[in-house]
Amino acid sequence: MPALANPAAETDLRQAPTTAELFTGFLVLGLTGFGGVLPMARRMIVERRGWLTGPEFTDLLGLCQFLPGGNIINLSVALGLRFRGAAGALAALVGLIAAPTVIVIGLGVLYDRFHDDPYIRHLFAGLAAAASGLLIAMAAKIAWPLRRRPVGIVVAALFFAAIAVLRLPLLPTLVVLAPLSVLATWWSERRTAP
Amino acid sequence: MIPTLFALGLIFAQLSLLAFGGGNTILPEMQRQVVEVHHWMSAQDFGALFALAQAAPGPNMMVVPLVGWHVAGWEGLLVASLAKFGPSSVLTGLCLHAWERFRDRPWRRVVQAGLVPMTVGLVTASAALITRSTAHDAVLAGIVALSAAVMLATRLHPLAVLGAGAVIGLSGIGQI
Repeated sequence: MPALANPAAETDLRQAPTTAELFTGFLVLGLTGFGGVLPMARRMIVERRGWLTGPEFTDLLGLCQFLPGGNIINLSVALGLRFRGAAGALAALVGLIAAPTVIVIGLGVLYDRFHDDPYIRHLFAGLAAAASGLLIAMAAKIAWPLRRRPVGIVVAALFFAAIAVLRLPLLPTLVVLAPLSVLATWWSERRTAP
Repeated sequence: MIPTLFALGLIFAQLSLLAFGGGNTILPEMQRQVVEVHHWMSAQDFGALFALAQAAPGPNMMVVPLVGWHVAGWEGLLVASLAKFGPSSVLTGLCLHAWERFRDRPWRRVVQAGLVPMTVGLVTASAALITRSTAHDAVLAGIVALSAAVMLATRLHPLAVLGAGAVIGLSGIGQI
């Protein structure tokens, strides 16, 4: 994100949203965000509605990425809580997932009703294959920054082997390998740093 | 019914608190639980539900209410959604104040950077497992490869890629 030309003007726009505004804001976001809601979220929260400044948004997003759960889900909760307490958090979260839930269940009804039809089965097979392709592309994009970090690649490969090859449960895998991931990264960065 | 709902709640509450690095990191565990442990659906069905969720707008975890609904109807939808979005949201609320104190600590940056290789490994595992349950023949494997290449090389909208995949699938070329 480029630095904002006039942060002062942006601050002047700021005002605390009501619970209803939190609900409608995130409702629109849920309906318009395809394949990643994050860029849309920043536009709505910072540029269009002025609920947060750019740096405030980045800071809050940092927390949401640090904690478990979807970034945008966590962001809706944090923002709602900050402005309108628990009611605001609930309004923002429900607003965010209400419309996508209705749409996804509608698609699920269609799939259940028609997946014995050979044409529909072929259509969904093609759709599912394309969705796998999108996921591979995302994996490649987030893996790219590791390309010159052999230690990071080894740790990523260990997770891959545990989950995709050995099919181990996630909880024990995380308990053992997550601290290893943090320690190995810390050690290798300290070694390369002067 | 009640044991099924209880199991759904337990699975998704656990996934909620383990989803470091976003939703796609927990897909393999979700698939393992609903396909291999509980036999609620086939791996192919799971791949199809994931694809439907990708075709819908919104956050990328919309496969959760869909799985709940598929397994146990409306009650399943409600239980899975509450269990998946509740615990992580409560944790976010609890950490909101503490964040003011720990965001500038050096360990915060070390931990966040240190979890990147983990996220890469888990999302790559997701991609491999979902692909294995969807690429049943040469044409479908071709759609997978082409979609991935197009997404990496162009700025085409993901919905256009999904639509193209569905149309090629509908033509039935190469499928039994």
